[in-house]
Amino acid sequence: MSELQQLKAKDYKSNQEIRWCPGCGDYSIIASVQAVLADIGAVRENVVMVSGIGCSSRFPYYMETYGFHGIHGRANAIATGVKVANPDLQVWVITGDGDGLSIGGNHMIHSLRRNVDLKIILFNNEIYGLTKGQYSPTSPQGLKTKTSPFGSVDAPFNPLQLALGSGATFVARTLDTQPKHMKEVLAAAAAHKGSAFVEVWQNCVIFNDGCFKDWTDKTMRDEQTIMLQPGQPMVYGKDQDKGLKIDGFALKIVPAAEASTWDPTVDSAGPAFVMTQLDNDPTMPRPFGVFRSVRKPTLDELVHEQINTVTTKRGPGALKDLLYTPDCWTVD
Amino acid sequence: MSSDTSEIIRQDDVTIRFAGDSGDGMQLTGTQFTETTALVGNDLATFPDFPAEIRAPAGTRAGVSGFQIHFSSADIYTPGDAPDVLVAMNPAALIINYKDLKPGGIILVNTGAFTDKDLERADCKTNPLTDGSLSGFRVIQEDINQRTIEALAGSPLGKKDVLRCKNFFTLGMMYWLFSRPIEPTLVWLEEKFGKKPDLFDANTRALKAGYNHGELLRLFQGRYEVPKVDNVEPGTYRNINGNQAVALGLVAGADLAGLKAFLGSYPITPATDILQYMSVMKNHGVITCQMEDEIAGICTAIGASFAGHLGITTTSGPGLALKTEAMGLAVITELPLVIVNVQRGGPSTGLPTKVEQADLLQCIFGRNGEAPIPVVSCSSPADAFECAVEACRIAVEYMTPVILLSDNYIANGAEPWKLPTMESLPHFEVKFVTDPEGYTPYTRDAKLARAWAKPGTPDLMHRIGGLEKDARTGNVSYDPENHQIMCETRLAKVMGIRDSIPTPTYYGPDAPDLLVVSWGSTYGATRSAVEALQKEGCRIGRLHMRHMYPLPYGLPEIFASARRIVLPEMNFGQLARLLTSEYPQFKFEQHYKVKGKPFFAPELKAHFRKILEEMA
Repeated sequence: MSELQQLKAKDYKSNQEIRWCPGCGDYSIIASVQAVLADIGAVRENVVMVSGIGCSSRFPYYMETYGFHGIHGRANAIATGVKVANPDLQVWVITGDGDGLSIGGNHMIHSLRRNVDLKIILFNNEIYGLTKGQYSPTSPQGLKTKTSPFGSVDAPFNPLQLALGSGATFVARTLDTQPKHMKEVLAAAAAHKGSAFVEVWQNCVIFNDGCFKDWTDKTMRDEQTIMLQPGQPMVYGKDQDKGLKIDGFALKIVPAAEASTWDPTVDSAGPAFVMTQLDNDPTMPRPFGVFRSVRKPTLDELVHEQINTVTTKRGPGALKDLLYTPDCWTVD
Repeated sequence: MSSDTSEIIRQDDVTIRFAGDSGDGMQLTGTQFTETTALVGNDLATFPDFPAEIRAPAGTRAGVSGFQIHFSSADIYTPGDAPDVLVAMNPAALIINYKDLKPGGIILVNTGAFTDKDLERADCKTNPLTDGSLSGFRVIQEDINQRTIEALAGSPLGKKDVLRCKNFFTLGMMYWLFSRPIEPTLVWLEEKFGKKPDLFDANTRALKAGYNHGELLRLFQGRYEVPKVDNVEPGTYRNINGNQAVALGLVAGADLAGLKAFLGSYPITPATDILQYMSVMKNHGVITCQMEDEIAGICTAIGASFAGHLGITTTSGPGLALKTEAMGLAVITELPLVIVNVQRGGPSTGLPTKVEQADLLQCIFGRNGEAPIPVVSCSSPADAFECAVEACRIAVEYMTPVILLSDNYIANGAEPWKLPTMESLPHFEVKFVTDPEGYTPYTRDAKLARAWAKPGTPDLMHRIGGLEKDARTGNVSYDPENHQIMCETRLAKVMGIRDSIPTPTYYGPDAPDLLVVSWGSTYGATRSAVEALQKEGCRIGRLHMRHMYPLPYGLPEIFASARRIVLPEMNFGQLARLLTSEYPQFKFEQHYKVKGKPFFAPELKAHFRKILEEMA
């Protein structure tokens, strides 16, 4: 049965009952992914969801696509194998702050530097959920958890900076509380050819509830966040009256009319880095949206191009030629 | 070069060891001597012995690199035991190696590298050339440095580059001494340096000068001739080392399965060459990915298998340890995967460039949970091709990861390999599932292999992963009964492989006094030792194991026929322990060596003889 008819979001749901905690931000993320797949008309058999270990990594079981639930931290490596073996597949990586940045940090940076054509969704809840509440590599210093009863002394990663520093060609951030924004960002990620790194701020209702509330709470979010729109002035605020202006290696708050235009497509990752610096300044709004989106050759493209080039030059190899080489000798 | 009137001494079996500083080009010298010797028609086996450091301080003992070649007019199974000839390019090479030589053996010494400073670098308090150390050997002293400089007079190369040609001068001398033609090496030089005329000219002149030097100066008492093997099995041969053979076998295996090979790997001594060889085979559709670490190597291979390729990963012991968790993932997802472990000395980093076979139990049992993985072990460079093909066959026919065991001795050792005819290769073409009727991810065939449906196939969308699955639906299941059923099924599937593997052949008299069981690279030395004792009329037999897990049928019947059973192993008796637990009715005696060096036939022969004498 080929899928000529337009599929709906529900057609991407598997028959498995979802077992995330009631109120978990993961529900909103999976709904957004399913909606985006429907919107872009993704062919289910050509979609592969690969995950590691953690609450988020159960994701593939709930999707009516091909899926591989891997081992802790290794989703990017498994997905790289899938994508390089068959570039026709659309491969998504579902990971979390522990899975993707701690135990799997090495694979994350290397898959980004290689620009493997993967859509990577990093569910960031700043906590280990599945092991029931220990600090993660994105937990803020001072966070009290079961393994940091007096406050975590570890400095956290900024996932966006890690991705940019690894040479990621697409870097974005969105929030579980804003499904519309999330769908826009995920659609842009799906359309990007190359590694697309999307950090989703995802609330863990059980072990780290409210960790993002300063930016998600309806009464504060308009003043505390800025939604970057490619080619648009960087304005924010309840009345859209404030703006950001790029000033050397920093950003400053200006009246909306003076705001700079945001362009994530410039080759330099500099502006995106500058933008991520806002995270360190409590007086500045937190930025969301697409930070960087540039087209570069992907690993899967380069691997197969090289194979094609060599094959064109040498001709398709036969097994016999590989074994019976010119340095053979014959005994009669 | 035809006016040579030197006495020709016929010899049937010669072992030469070339030894020098890591930068002296001894591996190249040895390889060239090997290629030529193969063309002359001798049977041969070689083994390089080099330090883990790429360039240890020049002239030191740590920096000595060696290459041994054993060639013969009869079939041989090892790279030789005690060398007949030692070529020592400096004091360190001499000191480290001369004690291994046969009494009365020939030592060719490059006296140009025996200054006080050279001796000091090699930590020699006295000069071994004059302090009596070498009495009992035939020492030929020659200033090869000076002879090379003279031969290359007028060369535009600088002195340093001129001296680098001394290995070809030495090679020329050895070609003369053992009556080998220099032409094959000239052809090689043409290919290698055709575009660099100065280097081509210098090396060619050095080679010819060395050859003529042997002839003109009568340094040796005569020259030797090792006639070609005259009862060689007809066929096409090529000289091959173990890593090459594994690479070819893996690519052949994928081809015979109708799949593309995907190698995810990370460089590690002594397995790296396999990745290098396979990286060249792009026009055979081979995909190689040098990944960021060992874990990524195996995980990309698992991902590629999920996508419908034959996933392969190559490593050595420490790397296998890192891959352990992912191997369990391949077990539970029941995907075909070939994991090559080229063993080296352990534990930890251990002896990276030396041989050991102490990973057997790690391979069979070293995983969390009940995670059976079949293990196939190769015995020699020429055997490695067939074993690699066999590993691929098991992987795809049984939908399972398979470990292929090699070791540093096989990986770097070389011997002539009789090529299989294309018609003789087995075929085990994979049929992917495309029909959704009745499909679940764990639908099994008669061999208990699960159905393989690859992404991209309509209506077969499914999810697999590291969590236990329901035997019927393939969904995640924590059901206790189901888990036991799945564990039992995975084990039964692997045990079922026994139906497709032969009982190893026993060679020897009926009801032997002593049965020697070997595996891996102990094959050659064991065979040589046992055959020598058989010729003396001893009631000794041997059995060589290729399939280490599951064990083939028919072993107890063979064990029962022997009065005593001994296992030489380069570990503390790992196969002996395995056999003891499988067949407690027999006593398996271990005989171990963990010195980073292979067993030599004479030492095994002495040990077996001792046992036989105890029984007499």
